[in-house]
Formats: sequence, C-alpha cells, structure tokens
Amino acid sequence: MENQTSNSEKKLDYYELKAANDAKLAAKRAVAETESDEGSGKKKKKEKTGPKFTKKEFKRQWILVVIGGVYVLYGLIFNYLPLIGWIMAFQNFKYNKGIFKSKWVGMDKFKFLFSDEKFILVIRNTFVMGVLNLVFSTIVAIAFAILLNEVRNKHFKKSIQTISYLPHFLSWIIVVAIVSDTVSNTGIINEILLNLHIIDKPYTFLAHPGWFWPLVTLSHLWKETGWNAIIYLAAITSIDPCLYESASIDGAGRFQKMRYITLPSLRPTIIILLIMNMGNVLNAGFELQYLLGNDLVRGVSRTIDIYILDWAMDGRNMDYSLGTAAGIFKTAVSITLIVLANTIAKKKGDERLF
Amino acid sequence: MAEVSTEVKLERPLKKHKKKMPKEDVIFYIFNTIFLVLFAIVTLYPVLNTLAYSFNDGNDAIRGGIHFLPRRWSIKNYNSVLTKEGILVGAKITVLRTILGTLTSLFANALLSFILSRKKFLFKSSLSLFWIITMYASGGLVPTMILFRYLHLTESFWVYVIPGMVSAFNVMVMRTYMEGIPDSLEESAMLEGAGYMTVFSKIISPLCKPVYATIALFVAVYHWNAWFDAMLYNRMNPEYTTLQYELMKLLNNVSATSSGPVGASQGGQTASAQTVTPITIRAAATIATMAPIIALYPFLQRYFVTGLTIGGVKE
Repeated sequence: MENQTSNSEKKLDYYELKAANDAKLAAKRAVAETESDEGSGKKKKKEKTGPKFTKKEFKRQWILVVIGGVYVLYGLIFNYLPLIGWIMAFQNFKYNKGIFKSKWVGMDKFKFLFSDEKFILVIRNTFVMGVLNLVFSTIVAIAFAILLNEVRNKHFKKSIQTISYLPHFLSWIIVVAIVSDTVSNTGIINEILLNLHIIDKPYTFLAHPGWFWPLVTLSHLWKETGWNAIIYLAAITSIDPCLYESASIDGAGRFQKMRYITLPSLRPTIIILLIMNMGNVLNAGFELQYLLGNDLVRGVSRTIDIYILDWAMDGRNMDYSLGTAAGIFKTAVSITLIVLANTIAKKKGDERLF
Repeated sequence: MAEVSTEVKLERPLKKHKKKMPKEDVIFYIFNTIFLVLFAIVTLYPVLNTLAYSFNDGNDAIRGGIHFLPRRWSIKNYNSVLTKEGILVGAKITVLRTILGTLTSLFANALLSFILSRKKFLFKSSLSLFWIITMYASGGLVPTMILFRYLHLTESFWVYVIPGMVSAFNVMVMRTYMEGIPDSLEESAMLEGAGYMTVFSKIISPLCKPVYATIALFVAVYHWNAWFDAMLYNRMNPEYTTLQYELMKLLNNVSATSSGPVGASQGGQTASAQTVTPITIRAAATIATMAPIIALYPFLQRYFVTGLTIGGVKE
C-alpha cells in the first residue's frame, strides 16, 4: 500500500490533487472525535479575545462555575487520585499501612519486573497480538468497506452492513463462547476439515499454542470488522464522484480507480485512526485473552493486563506495588507510541492528532 | 476499453446507473456479491448455530452435527438456565445498573458538555484540558482498585454506577454536537430572562435528542456487557453479581477448553439430566444473555452508527 500511495503522489495529475483535497474533508468529517480534541487547543487562542474575566461576567455565569467545580472535584477523585497512586510502585505497599506509612523501596519493583521472565514474555505477547490486531483489522476493514461500496443494490448493501456490525455489540464473553464452540471438536471448522479429508480426527485448536494468536486475530476480525468499516465507508462516500467519472472517461478500470482514487483519498483517515489506535496496542490485550486462554497455551496467551491482574487478585502472592509498576510501564509505553506515531505523521506531512 | 469509456460519456448525464455492464464488471459483481454473502454467513452462522443448540435436547446435542435448526427440540435448557439463582440475581442487577447507569451517565455527560460548549464560559479551555488528559493518562487497575476500597465503593452496587459516570470521549462527541447549535437561541432565551439551567433543559437538550440517544445506547450496551468490575470488586458478594459475570462462571465451570463432548458425565448436576447437558446449557445461557441486544438491534442500529460520525457533521 505504501508503494501505491507514493506512486500516485508522483503522478499528481488532476485526480490526485482533487482526491487529496477531498480526502482531507473526508477525514475531517469521519474522525469527529479527533477534531474535537484538536478543537480545544485551537479555541484557546480564540478565547483570549473572547470572554473577559470580569466580576460582572463571573457573577452572571456563577452557576456554570459551580457546576464546573463539581466536575473538577469528581475528576480529581476518580481520574487524578489514581495517578497519585503511582507512588505505590516505589513502595512496598501494604493496604493496612496505607500510602503514607508503607516502606519506600525506590526502583526495586521495576528492577524485579524487568528481571522477571514472565513479564518479558507478557510484553512480547501483548505487542505481537496488538500489532497483529492493528494491521489485520485495518486492512480487512478497508477492503470490506471498498467492496461494500461497490454494491449497487441499496437493500443488499444495507443488510450486509447491518449484519456486519452486529457482533460489535456482543460482549467478549459471548464472543469467546461462540468462538470456542466454532473451533471445538464438534464445531463447524472441524466438521468442514474432516469432510474435506484434510484431517482425519478432530483437531483441538484451543489446546495448541501455535493457534492462539491467529484465533485472537480472527476473533477480533469477526467482532469488529463491520464496525471499523463504518468510518472508512463514511470517508469513501464523501469522495467527490466527479473523480471517478473523469477517471473512467480517461479509461481507468475499476481496480485502477480503487488504487488511484479511493486508497489515496482514504490515506488521511487511515493515518489518523492508526495514530489513535497506536495508543491502544497495549490496551487491546485483556478480555479476549483472559477468557480464551487456558493452561495449555499460557505461554502465548498471557498479556500485561493479565499479569497485572494476577498481582492484584491472587491471594497468596498479592503485590499491589508490582501491579502498579507494571501499569505505569504500560501507560508510559502507550503514550510514547502515540507521540511517536504522531511525530512520524507530522514529519511526513500527513494529518496528525495533535 | 474504448467501448467502456464512450458508454460512460453518453449515459452518465442521463441516467445514474448504466443498464449494460461490461463483462469485466459483471464478473466482479458476481464475485463481490458471493464474497459479501459469505461474509454475512460467517458473521451470522455462529450465532444461529448457538441458537439451534440452545433449543436442542442435551444428550442429542453431544453428537454434534447441528447447524441451523435443532434436531430434537427442547426448551428444558432455558428452564434450567432461567431458574438458576445466580442468573436471576445477575439479571436483576444488570437491568438495574443499565437503567441507573445510563440515566446518570447521560445526565453527567450532557451537563459537562453543555458548560464546555458555552462560548462565554470563563474556564472553558482549562476544564476541557482537564478532561482530555484523563483520556490518555489513567492510573491503572491497581491504584483504581485501592482507591475504591478506601472510598468503600467496593463490595457495593455503586461501584458500577458512580466511578464511570463521566467519560471524556462521550463528552467530546456531545460537545461538538452542541457547539453546532446556533448561539442566537441561547442569547434570545437569556434576553427573556432564562438562566443557564433553563437553556440547558429547555433549549439545548431537546435539540440534542439524536446525540443523547446515541450516547445513551453506547452506555447501555457497556453496562449490559460489563463483567470485569463485578469480578474485581464484588467477587465475594453474590448479591451484586452481573449477568455477564454469571455467564462467564457458567461457561468456565461447564468446560474449560471446550474439547468436545465433555458433558455427558457432568450432566448429572441438573435435575433433568436426561435432556440438559453443559453444551446446551451454555448455548441457552449465551442466547439468553444476548437476547435483549439482538431484539433491540434492528430498531436501534441506526443510532449506533450515527454516533460514530455524528460529531463531525457540524464543523
């Protein structure tokens, strides 16, 4: 895909220029949330010329200030106090002693983490599964959106789309139940493989470590493809139809149009979503892995979040400080990834998040 | 190729769809349709299959080979699931938290979006920044859990409702929508003596119904599907369990790796062992848990979708 887009940029004839312009519009329309984030930054400048901080103005909107104060209080308690809890990572935290009386141990907990083989293993697992998910869900969602966009019958298109994002609203517990039924010994996958004589006895997918990552990726695809495609479909719909018409006058075929108009137009949307999802690479590794994993595939199924949960819940060797330290590591990496992706996008002159 | 282009040139201005399609296109459409139908089947089949199992006789189901329809009909599975103590309590708590959680969360998010979207609000930018930071930096599982214990929120119902009330993400979506409403409405109401709260309840909120509906649905689905908080904070309190958590326990008890016909021997736990086995119980519980979402889905799905693009309509 990298090749295709750079190719088309070299050409830079009328369509591409138009497509690039259009794509910016599409991205703006499609990625609403990002816009509003950015908005606050931009508005700061405007505001300085806006409301003046006078006693009269303050009195007039006292109710807004009071409500704002309540929200600050709420945010401080539920969103910012846990951040202060990060100091637990530098203590040998005991719940009874509390944060003020627990013993300080400096960086010991972090040292332990990075010498713990299990922790290195869960980092690897989380990264691999996160990247697999990100790559495949993006590619498949774009492909699905493009193919769906080619459908002419409106009712058919609508029904397929409606069906496609139904699984998004099912809980991971239900999805895992469904997935494990599907790949079970009596499930449809084994039945098909048996009937095609590819295997001669049922294969237990969930008991083989080699199958765990593919199964996780496939489960994600099953659950989220339709949902992820919505945003790309919105972006495709907002591409100027003139582009396609003039391209076909010039003799472009269907696939050429996809390649030289649709894909370049989607570029900004893809990049913004990739940046946003970068921060989630490490977050995407909990429910599914926790529910689908079992003792036979422990080595490949456990992720950072499961590791943290073990320290937080297991009665015998519970260690809140270690759990906190691992959590800090995760947050730090997530923020670094977002900033990194954003910087790269900035350097290449693409859309960016902040 | 030459033919294609002339055809387009002539026909486009007159009709939206060309009647004659080039051969290449016909082949593409056929394959595309087949592919998309396959996609739909792959999406729906596992759900329909579970549905079929849930209505099938237990012992009969162990043989496998059931696809779209049950082989031997039975509703005993549902009888057995819907009389389980845990499931009933879980259902009650889940309904309660879905209703209460959605209402409080909608109100909290809407009010915050309202004050953040007032152009004259003095602390507008600082308060938005305050909340945007929470989207990226979170304390993590352990500090949050310990905080809740100090606040005595654990071992209670309120841990489901209070902590997650404000979501910065939802607020940003709502705020963008509210910013699209003309200021003149607020100004004229204020000239006639309305205060900010009247503007919020009488002018802004009625205009925000679509975005309210979308956010409410998202929150409701979240609450309906929640299980992790029940496991983390109320593991020892069966009276505060949730439906999904009960489903999870059921699935875990019944079979760990779901390696084939595990059921027969364990089937004895239930009263009518002849017709109810773990395989069908799992299926029935799964279907019962997803039923409300599936039932409401056709009517509400358009709200779900608008939610993704709603904020961007207004710029």
